[in-house]
Amino acid sequence: MANEIHNVGFPEVKIAPSRFRHALSKHHITINKACTNCGLCIDLCPYHVYERGKRHPKVAFEHLCIGFACSRNDFFCVRRCPEKAIKVSLNPSFEILGDKRWPADLLSSTWHMAETGNIPHSSLNYKTGDSGGGFDRIRFIFPPDGASKISKSEISTAIELNRSDDSRPRVTIPIPLYLGGMSFGSVSIVTMLSRVRAAAALGTFCCTGEGGYPEELMPYDDNIITQVATGLFGVREETIKRVRIVEFKYAQGAKPGLGGHLLGDKVTPRVAAMREAVPGSALFSPFPFHSVYSVEDHKKHVDWIKETNSRALVSVKVSTPTDVDMVAVGSYFAGAHIVQLDGSYGGTGAAPDIAKKNIAMPIEYAVPKVHKFLVEEGIRDNITIIASGGIRTAYDMAKIIAMGANGVCLGTADLVALECIRCHHCESGRGCARGIATTDEELTGLMGLEWGTQRIINMYLAWRSQLINILSRLGMKSVTELVGRFDVIAHLDHLKGRDIHGELV
Amino acid sequence: MPLKYHIHSAPVSNRFPKITKSGVIAWEEGCLKCARCVKKDCVYKVYEKRDLDGRQMLDSLDSVCMDCFRCVQGCPNRLIQKGMNPTYKTLGDRYWTPEIITDLWFQAETGRIPVSGAGYGGPFSGIGFDAMWTDMSEIVRPTRDGIHGREYISTTVDLGRKLMMLDFDETGEMISAPPPLVEIPLPIIFDLLPWSPPRERIIRSMLKAAKILGTFLVVRASDLEPDLIPDVSNIMLHLDRRLESVDRSLIGTSRIIEIPYSEDVLSLQRAIKEINPSVVTVIRVSLDPGSSSRVLDLTRAGAEVIHLCADEHGLEKAKEPLFIKDRMKEIHLRLVENGVRDQITLLAGGGIAMAEHMAKLIICGADALTIDIPLLVAMECRVCRRCKTGIACPVELEKIDPVWGSERIINLMAGWHNQLLEILGAMGMREVRRLRGEMGRAMFFEDLEREVFSAMGKRS
Repeated sequence: MANEIHNVGFPEVKIAPSRFRHALSKHHITINKACTNCGLCIDLCPYHVYERGKRHPKVAFEHLCIGFACSRNDFFCVRRCPEKAIKVSLNPSFEILGDKRWPADLLSSTWHMAETGNIPHSSLNYKTGDSGGGFDRIRFIFPPDGASKISKSEISTAIELNRSDDSRPRVTIPIPLYLGGMSFGSVSIVTMLSRVRAAAALGTFCCTGEGGYPEELMPYDDNIITQVATGLFGVREETIKRVRIVEFKYAQGAKPGLGGHLLGDKVTPRVAAMREAVPGSALFSPFPFHSVYSVEDHKKHVDWIKETNSRALVSVKVSTPTDVDMVAVGSYFAGAHIVQLDGSYGGTGAAPDIAKKNIAMPIEYAVPKVHKFLVEEGIRDNITIIASGGIRTAYDMAKIIAMGANGVCLGTADLVALECIRCHHCESGRGCARGIATTDEELTGLMGLEWGTQRIINMYLAWRSQLINILSRLGMKSVTELVGRFDVIAHLDHLKGRDIHGELV
Repeated sequence: MPLKYHIHSAPVSNRFPKITKSGVIAWEEGCLKCARCVKKDCVYKVYEKRDLDGRQMLDSLDSVCMDCFRCVQGCPNRLIQKGMNPTYKTLGDRYWTPEIITDLWFQAETGRIPVSGAGYGGPFSGIGFDAMWTDMSEIVRPTRDGIHGREYISTTVDLGRKLMMLDFDETGEMISAPPPLVEIPLPIIFDLLPWSPPRERIIRSMLKAAKILGTFLVVRASDLEPDLIPDVSNIMLHLDRRLESVDRSLIGTSRIIEIPYSEDVLSLQRAIKEINPSVVTVIRVSLDPGSSSRVLDLTRAGAEVIHLCADEHGLEKAKEPLFIKDRMKEIHLRLVENGVRDQITLLAGGGIAMAEHMAKLIICGADALTIDIPLLVAMECRVCRRCKTGIACPVELEKIDPVWGSERIINLMAGWHNQLLEILGAMGMREVRRLRGEMGRAMFFEDLEREVFSAMGKRS
């Protein structure tokens, strides 16, 4: 599959294994004392699970084992072992790993993509989670037998971000995604730089979030979106002038209608300096913008940025209230190039559970509503819709594009690529125990910059090849053809496999 | 402005070891017991923070473990595994889920609202209250200095019948007689418990909390021991016996009295009013498919407050029961259509398990609500319902110290109050009274699914 795809201009996949002693694995392999160290299992396994050991083979890469599905193969080590010394069982840890949105399978398959740049083996579900609704009940309708299949090398995954007819640059990104705002302070500088560097290597963008623009980011200015949020932390004329896209954050899906809150523990001297605040004291980003009470005020905001930087595109990030369609129209008339709809299932920092679960609607509802409304208003072709807050997989990305978005914005998936296990304790004490969402020096040191960059690159290259595969099966030459194609997707509660001509995947 | 309502909370420890979601299940054969993983390497220093429970001789790391999996991934010989705690899985039932119960415990212990990182990890939607979302506003803020600022969000509601107009004589003197009202600073009343171990101490805990919070506890007349009478101003007396057999002075000093529904409930209401004209009367009605007609009739006939009761899973009495929020919507809209909604106060309860349920039921038309099981859970109840069959309570609820119990309940209510402020703040509202019946500020699963998903997959 991969060799058909044109990756000219894209970085290469390089293997980036887990940075911990053992990768978490769905299957648990044990070799008992009967083992004579004959080495047959090492030779048999095409996934290179085993390594040579002194007394018996070492289970070096348990997570690459495909588990019980392997029993169909002649190389199934459990059956072939002459001493019957190998046992494969399900790892009990898998039951408590992850959650309904990101079940253990999805975490593992994302780790697999980040490690290898390829889709994982068959025993891991890498397409959907376990939430019981939305994306997890939506499938593509693929024409039967690849009827309309087209050559993968002809397919384009690029999108244009400036669709208005103003005089500002037409910014094109080669994949329909960019990376969302995670502030310095909420994540470590290594995490931040890994994301920025991966975005630069992939030719797309990464947003700074609301926490300033650390100088380490300057070499990547052309691939950075700087955020202007309600607290105006770290916002300077000079940082606005430096970038090609400026983003207004009105609200964010993880805490719609609520301000941001950086706990005092995370406000180290460096973070405080960046934000022009006092070390050790908690920082509140108020809600909402205290200077915006109407669409007219909003337009003033947009004009201010446009005046400050004459080549920048303006993106407006909003949450998904009942009147989200009106909000999008308002943003368009205020002069925004991009409206980013942020659903409630993403986010890194601490947020009240009640807000994450209950306030504002899921992105799967918001995007179709906005898309249809903008089409009716006759302005859909002049603005870019970016969906975020709950996009976990390449399939989610393709589905939300079919539901009306032009592209997506990601955050959580990047963190999972960096081996986040979604323990939901980003906010506690020294911060993330896995060294991702922390400003603690020792914990930050758990991760290397090259490794982090490569993991994110690998994952998105795997996503791109999945997207190309989907487009190819749908007979589309460009991802732009997929926008708003409600006819190529189905919700399993409303349409059954027997009612369609083709295959539901 | 009246004084800002604030609930003081402070950590109140547990009496029993916590039931955690997961535990270390294997320090398998071959472990060198170096304990480096938990003693030295652990980011959260669990070995120093672990709970040592003398009674059960348990040395538990699990209650402080944060599930970061560093030890699982770091053990040289892959000997540590974590697994789901089977006791956790069996907590409660499908409605009162382990997640809800442990969340309530957390709030009762700490007085804080549940906060976590990394987005919401739960299901897309669910039954009952999980099939709706509340609104937010991109640009409207409720107050000038944040939801906890000096300019505050009011959660006060009035209970009683309201006049729709005032009459004056020619000299300008008001001739209408406004009916009595009582005010509660948060829209919650503590209801009768569906089950519990012997409840003397439980009632005292709840009453103590109700008093400090400024709300009411529903107490059966038959449960009213003499030592409770000094706190009558925080008791909603539930008349479970004939009026004549209740001390007249008790009726005379009560602020609010609840009467179970019966055919002659309004004559009973009149009889009570004759003894004490300033008392507010509440009619307790079981929720069923006929509720909206009954509520409309009672409203027209002069009822002051109606208390609609669903079962402990939020369901009405019917063959195919409707969930409380859905029946509530119907009742509210029926009264609105008939132009009488503002004359009456509607209380509703049954199945209220989380702070968000409170906001959502108010959106569906309730003025205030009543809660029961969460009060027990605040005091460490595991919703095992063994007490229903007379089996001993695993957490000895019958023996609690009422001071401890009330502090736990106050903590829980502090958490709920703050969460209500979050919801109101996000919607740009400054009054919980404004939230009532605001269905346009909510999004319902059925509507959105139909609107968005049903047309997909159809070739045009």
